[in-house]
Amino acid sequence: MAYLINCPHCGQRTTDEFYIKGDASKQRPGTIGDDTMNQWHDYVHIRDNVRGRTAEHWHHTGGCRQWLVVERDTVSHEVYAVAPASSRTPGKTSATPARKSAARKTPARNTTSRKTARGEKK
Amino acid sequence: MKYSVFSLARNALSGHKNWQPAWRSPDPKPEYDVIIVGGGGHGLATAYYLAKVHGITNVAVLEKGYLGGGNVGRNTTIIRSNYLLPGNNPFYEKSLQLWEGLEQDFNFNAMVSQRGVVNLFHSDGQRDAFVRRGNAMRIHGVDAEILDTHALRELMPFLNFNDGRFPIMGGLMQRRGGTVRHDAVAWGFARGADMRGVDVIQHCEVTGIRREKGRVVGVETSRGFIGCKKLGLAAAGNSSTVAKMAGLELPIESHVLQAFVSEGIKPWIDNVVTFGVGHFYISQSDKGGLVFGGDIDGYNSYAQRGNLPTVEHVVECGLAMIPSLSRARVLRSWGGIMDMSMDGSPIIDKTGIDNLYLNAGWCYGGFKATPASGWCFAHTIANDAPHELNSQMRLDRFRTGYVMDETAHGAQPNLH
Amino acid sequence: MTSFRFDTGGLIDRSSVIDFSFDGKKMQGHSGDTLASALLANGQLLMGRSFKYHRPRSVITAGAAEPNALMEIGEGGRLEPNTRATMQELYDGLVAKSQNRWPTLERDFGAINSIASSFFVAGFYYKTFMWPKRFWEAIYEPIIRRAAGLGHLSHENDPDRYEKAYAHCDVLVVGSGPAGLMAAMAAARSGASVIMADEHATCGGSLLREREEIASQPGHEWAAETLAQLAGMDNVTIMARTTVIGAYDQCVFGALERVQKHTALPDHDVPVEKLWRIMAKACVMATGAEERPIVFGGNDRPGVMTASAMRAYANQFGVAAGRTACVFTSSDSGYRTALDMRSCGVHVEAIIDARANAPDIETHGVPVLTGAVVTNVDGGKHGMKGIEIDRGRGHENIPCQSLAMSGGWSPVVHLACQRGARPSWDEDLHCFMPPQSDPAIIASGSANAIWSLTGCLTDGARRGEQAARQAGCRTMKTPVPKARDEASHGSEAVWWVKQSTGKPFVDYQNDVTARDLPLAAREGYDHIELAKRYTTSGMATDQGKLGNVNAIGILADATGKGIEEIGTTTFRPFYTPVSFGALGGQHVGEHFRPVRMSPLHNWAADLGAEFVETGLWYRSSWFPEKGDDWLAAMTREVLNTRANVGICDVSTLGKIEIKGSDATEFINRLYSNAFAMLPVGKARYGLMLREDGFVGDDGTTSRLSENHYFMTTTTGHAAESMRDIEFAHQALWPELDVQYASVSDQWAQMAIAGPRARDVLAKIVDIDISNEAFGFLAARQIKVLGSIPAMLFRISFSGELAYELAVPAGHGEAVANAIMHAGEPFGIGPYGLEALSAMRIEKGFVTHNEINGRVTAGDVGLGKMLSKKKDYIGRMMSEREGLVDADREQLVGVRPLNPDLRFRAGCHLVNPGDVASLETDQGYVSSVAFSPMLESWVGLAMLKRGRERHGDKIVLWDGLREVQIEAEVCDPVFYDPAQEKAHG
Repeated sequence: MAYLINCPHCGQRTTDEFYIKGDASKQRPGTIGDDTMNQWHDYVHIRDNVRGRTAEHWHHTGGCRQWLVVERDTVSHEVYAVAPASSRTPGKTSATPARKSAARKTPARNTTSRKTARGEKK
Repeated sequence: MKYSVFSLARNALSGHKNWQPAWRSPDPKPEYDVIIVGGGGHGLATAYYLAKVHGITNVAVLEKGYLGGGNVGRNTTIIRSNYLLPGNNPFYEKSLQLWEGLEQDFNFNAMVSQRGVVNLFHSDGQRDAFVRRGNAMRIHGVDAEILDTHALRELMPFLNFNDGRFPIMGGLMQRRGGTVRHDAVAWGFARGADMRGVDVIQHCEVTGIRREKGRVVGVETSRGFIGCKKLGLAAAGNSSTVAKMAGLELPIESHVLQAFVSEGIKPWIDNVVTFGVGHFYISQSDKGGLVFGGDIDGYNSYAQRGNLPTVEHVVECGLAMIPSLSRARVLRSWGGIMDMSMDGSPIIDKTGIDNLYLNAGWCYGGFKATPASGWCFAHTIANDAPHELNSQMRLDRFRTGYVMDETAHGAQPNLH
Repeated sequence: MTSFRFDTGGLIDRSSVIDFSFDGKKMQGHSGDTLASALLANGQLLMGRSFKYHRPRSVITAGAAEPNALMEIGEGGRLEPNTRATMQELYDGLVAKSQNRWPTLERDFGAINSIASSFFVAGFYYKTFMWPKRFWEAIYEPIIRRAAGLGHLSHENDPDRYEKAYAHCDVLVVGSGPAGLMAAMAAARSGASVIMADEHATCGGSLLREREEIASQPGHEWAAETLAQLAGMDNVTIMARTTVIGAYDQCVFGALERVQKHTALPDHDVPVEKLWRIMAKACVMATGAEERPIVFGGNDRPGVMTASAMRAYANQFGVAAGRTACVFTSSDSGYRTALDMRSCGVHVEAIIDARANAPDIETHGVPVLTGAVVTNVDGGKHGMKGIEIDRGRGHENIPCQSLAMSGGWSPVVHLACQRGARPSWDEDLHCFMPPQSDPAIIASGSANAIWSLTGCLTDGARRGEQAARQAGCRTMKTPVPKARDEASHGSEAVWWVKQSTGKPFVDYQNDVTARDLPLAAREGYDHIELAKRYTTSGMATDQGKLGNVNAIGILADATGKGIEEIGTTTFRPFYTPVSFGALGGQHVGEHFRPVRMSPLHNWAADLGAEFVETGLWYRSSWFPEKGDDWLAAMTREVLNTRANVGICDVSTLGKIEIKGSDATEFINRLYSNAFAMLPVGKARYGLMLREDGFVGDDGTTSRLSENHYFMTTTTGHAAESMRDIEFAHQALWPELDVQYASVSDQWAQMAIAGPRARDVLAKIVDIDISNEAFGFLAARQIKVLGSIPAMLFRISFSGELAYELAVPAGHGEAVANAIMHAGEPFGIGPYGLEALSAMRIEKGFVTHNEINGRVTAGDVGLGKMLSKKKDYIGRMMSEREGLVDADREQLVGVRPLNPDLRFRAGCHLVNPGDVASLETDQGYVSSVAFSPMLESWVGLAMLKRGRERHGDKIVLWDGLREVQIEAEVCDPVFYDPAQEKAHG
C-alpha cells in the first residue's frame, strides 16, 4: 500500500482513514451493443492484477469523503499519484507525480466535498 | 527410507550420518506427461495424487524458489470444513478426511491436531447465520455443534464474557477442525511424490508457456525449455502472472495477508477460536507460540509484507475476544500473497486451452484445502474433466452467475 | 556460584538499595542495574533452562538479543513471561521467576532430555509419533505441548493501560551510541526536527559499556553532556526506553516506549507502554552491531558470554561471572575484554585466538595462544571450572570461571531489511552489510560496519547531515570530537569448532547445534529458509539475532556454497517482541469500538427499554413491564400496536439528502425500479443492486421538492450505501449535478403505527393528514408542536396505518414525549426491535436476513422492480443465467403444523419423507418470529422454486439441535395480505 496517502483535499493522511474499493483501470460499460455482456463480465470480474504500477479507487472515508484514484506500485508500495476520481478518465494512468497531483484542482461540479480553505490551498 | 521410531533409533546409533535426502534434486527431463507449475502445498499434493491415485509418475513440479516457500509456509495452519455452500462444503470435508489419514499415507508426521475450531457469534443475526451454516454441515454429515455461553465458559473461561463491547452469545464448534504443522505438509507431499518418481525441481522459474496450434507444448524456464503433454498451474499468489503467459486473464486480485506468532508460552489455549465482530483467529502451536491472524491488508500487493494498521486492527480484535492476551508478546509477523477471487471461492478447472489446467483463487483458505485441492486437481488433469467435488469451482462461473459467495460480499475481492 | 560484584566501579548508584526476588529468594541490587546484572551481583549465575534439552543457562549477552535469561516478571494480571533479564530495569519489589523448569531451576526434571539428545536431532518429530494413528492427539501431542513453550501467560486480565500515538519528525535517529548521538546533533544543527530513540533506559549505547575516551573525558560523560545539549534544543526529542520495532512503507516506523515497565505499581493515569507510529522523512539507523558467539563445545555453559557482554557487565554494572576468565576470540574485540577485565581485577588466564597470527596489541602479560580453539567447557549449572582447548597438540585444560567469546560482529540491519531488501555479505569485513536500496534509511556507525570510535563519530555526523538533507534541510557541518581509538579491529570468521567435544550450540534457546544444520542439508533442507524451518534455528524469541550468521556460515560450509549464495532468512517485524497490550492501545474492553446511540436513546431508556447491539448502535429491543421477558413484552407491544397505536425509534436508519438539478436522474440510476416519475410529495420503496446484480440494499426515497430527495437505507448498510452513492457520482457520473450528504445523525426518526396513529399525530402536526390529504406514501416537510421543522412520511414497515416522523435530533426526545402524551388517550405504547421484527415477518417484508448478499430481486419476489427501461447499478449482471435460474431458492412463508412448536432461523428445508442430505436440501429458514396475531411461530424461508409450492408440506430440519418440525409452505405475507390496514 502505502502507509500515507497524500489526499488532494486533506493532505497527507494515514491509510486507516481510507476505504479501498479496488481496480480503477476500467470504464463502466453501457447497456447497448452486441458485446455488452462480455464487457460487463470484464468490468466486474476480470483484473489485470498488475505486478507493478496500478490504479485503484480509494475513498477518504475518515476525511473529505472523496473518491480518489491512487496510482501506486504493487511490489514496492510506492505511491505515484493521487487524484480525485471525478477528474480522471478510467483506463488512463496519469504521469503526474504525487506531489503535483495534490495541487490539481477538483472540477467545479465536484460538489459534495466540503472543501475547506485548507484543502483549496494545498 | 521409511520414517519410524525404529529408523530414528537406528540412525541415532550411527550418529545420524546415514539419513538419505527427503527428495532428490533432479535435473529437468526434456519432457513430462504432466508439469505442475508451483511447488507449494497444492502443486506438490497434485503431483502426489497424480502418482498415487492415477499412476501418472512422469511428472515434474517446477518451483521458482524453495519448496513450500509460498503460502503453505506462511499461514495460520488451521484446518476445518465448516463451509456453508453446497459447492464448497463437500470439497472441504473431503479435504478434512484426507488430513485425517495423511500422515500414515505419506509417512511424515505433519502433526495433524484435531483440537476443535470454534467460531464465536455476538448477535441474533449472526447466530442465525451460523445455525444455517452448522445445519448445512450437518446435512452433509459433517460434525458441527452449537455451543451456548455456558458450554463456552467451560471450554474457554478466559473469553471476554463480562466487559466486552459486544456480547459473546455462543459459538459454532467443529471438533474435527484443528491445526497442522504447515511446513511439514509441503515436505510430506514432496517426499511422497518424489518416492513415487515425480521430479520435484526447485529454483526453476517458469518464464513462458509455449503453445503450438493452441495447445501447450511446454514451458520456458530459468533452466531451459521443458516439454509437457499437460500443464497444471498451481501458483496461487502469482496465478495472474503465470496465466498471462498463456494469454489468460483471471478473475483474481493478489492481496497481502499478514499472520503472526507470539513468543512461546506454556499451554494456554487448546482450541482454534475465531472472533465474530472483527476478523481474528488464534490457536497455539505445539511449540508454544500463539499463531494468529485477521483480515487482509486490503490493497493489491505482491510484496509479501504488510503494514502496521492491519497489525493493530488484528490485535485489537484479539484483545476484545481474550483480554488476557495483553501481556503476551507478538514475536513476528509475515505476509503472504493471496489469490483473491471475485466470490471468495477457488477455481479448479480446465481452461479454454485444451491441455492447460488451472488451480487458483484460494483467497486465504488455501491451506486447509491442500489435500483435496491436489486430489481434485490431479483428477481433473488425469481425466481431463473435473471431479464432482470441484465441479462448481469453475472458471466461467462469474460469466454465468453461478458464483459461490461464502461471505456474500459480491465481486470485491478485498472484502472476502 | 561464581558471579559477583566488584567493590568499586560501574555506572550504578551504589548508595541506593533495590529489593527484588528471584524464584522466591530475596535479593538486592542498585539503581542502574538490569535484572541480569543484579542477579550476577547476587551470585545467581543460573538464570534459565533451554527449550529442548533443559540445559542450565545464564546470560550470553547484555542486551536485546538475549536468548537464555528469560523470566517471568510480575504477578497476577501483570505476569509477563519470557522477559529478557538483560533488558529489564531493576525496580523495587520486582518479582522474577525462572521458567521452563520443573520442579525448580536447580533440579529440573526436563534435563533428562539431554540424555536422549542423540534421538532428538533436527526434525526428529517429523519422522515418528505416527503410530498408532490416534496416539498423536491422545498421548504424544499433549506431552510435547506441556514440555514446549517457555514461560506462563496468565489468564487474568491486565490491570494496566496502554496507549498509541503518532509522532512526526524530519529525521529519526535509532540508537544513541556514538554514531546516533553525532547523527542527532548534526541533523538537529541543520534545523531538522529530530527524534532520537534508544531501547535502553539510559542513552549512550556502547559509550556506557566501554572504557573509551572522547574529547579527553570518559565516553559516558561525553555522552551525558551531548545528551544534555540535545535535550536543550527545541527541535530534538529524546525517547529513551523506546525500541523502534518496525520499518514500514514511506518511512513510517513503529516504536514501543516502555513508559512504566520499571515500577512495581504503575500510575494508572499513565500507560505502561505506548506504541508510537513515527512518520519521518529520513532515518539514521545507528543501531550498532551484535557480537557473534563462537560455536564450540559447551558454548552455552553458565559463565560463557560474548566478549562485549562481559565488558558491559564489568564496565557499566561492576559485575562479573567469575573471578578468573579466559577469552576465546577470532576478533580484536576479545583483547579489549581481556584488558578491561584485567583492570577490574579479574584474573585473565589466557586469550585463545583462533587466528594464526595475533594482532599487535599489548596484553600486559596475559598469555595469547594463537591458532587455538576451545573445544569444550567444564562446567554446570553453578558455573565453570575450566575449558578444554586444542592448539594442534591434543586437548589441554585451562581452569577458569568465565569465558568471553568473540566471533566478530554483525551490523544490526533489521530496519533496513524489513521492507524486503536483503543485506549483502562482505568478504573483507566478515559481516552482512545493510542494503542501501532506500535512500531514506541510512545506516551509520557499527550498523554500517564501522568499528572504530572515531569512525563512528565521524560517520554519525556525516549521516546525520545526509539525513537532514534527505529531509529537505540545509545542512551545516558539525565538528567531530577527538577520540582515543583502540589499536585495531580485525576479525576472522570461525563458524564452528569442528573438533568440539561438547555440544556446540548455534541457536541457544531452541537448542540447535552445529550438527543439526549439516544434517538438514544432507536431508535436502539445504536452502537457508528450509534449514531454518527444519532445525528451528533462528525461530526462538531472539529470532536468530545471535545465531543466524553462524548458521549461515555452517550451512555454507556443509553445502560447499558461499555465504552470499546462502543468504539470510527474511527480516520481518518486530525487531524485538511487542505486547498485545501496546498494539491494542486504548481500544480494549468496552472501548474496542465506538458506541452509537440514537437521539431517542434516553427516551427509550426512561421507558425501561432493553437495548441490543446492532452494529455500533444500541437499539431499544423491547420494553418489559412487570418483569416480563422479551417474548411477553414483544407480544404485548405487537398486539397494542395492531389494536391501538405504537411508537418505535427508527433513527438508526441511514438517511441521505440528495439535491441538484440532476438528482432525479441520479437516483433513477441508483435504484433498480423507476424513480423518474416520482411526484413531489411522494415516497417510494426502492431496491438497490450491487454492480454484480445481486441485491445490495433497500429503503424508501421521498421527493420533497422538485430537486430535493430524502433517502433512507437500512441501518446495517447505511455507511456502505453512502459510499456507493458517492462512488456512483464521483467515479461513474461526475457530470451529473447532484449534491448529497449523510444526515443520519441529524434527524431523530420514529414510526407511529396502528389504527389510531392518525389520531395521535393529528394533535401535533400543522397539516391535514386525513387519508384524502395525506394518503399512503405521502411525504412532506411540515412543522410539529407549532414550530419544530419535521418530515412526515406515510410509510409502513408494520403493515399498519403508519407514519414515520423525522425531527431534528435535538428535538427528538421532546417530540417523542409529546407523542406519548398525545397518544395516551388512544393507548399508545412504545415498541422495540423485537416487535418491529415480528410485525415485518408477519407482513413478509424482507431485511438483510433475506437480502443477505447472495439473493436476487427475483428470489425475494421483487423481480418486477428490475426496470427494463433504464440503466442502473447492477442491471446487466442481474440478467446472468445463474441469477435468473428457475431452480433458485425463492422467498416463502413457513408455518409449523403445530403452532406451538418453536423453530429457529437457520433450519434447513427438506421434503417430507426425504432423508436430509446435500442432495435433498431444499433451502433454509431466514427469519423466525412468534406471531401474536396468528398465535403461532412463523418464518420466512428461501425454498427451491418456492413460489410454486405454496400449500406444500415441508420439514424444518435443525440437525444442530436434532429437531425436525413439519410445516406448511405459504405466502410470505401472513397478515393482512390485502394491505387494507396500511392504506386505511
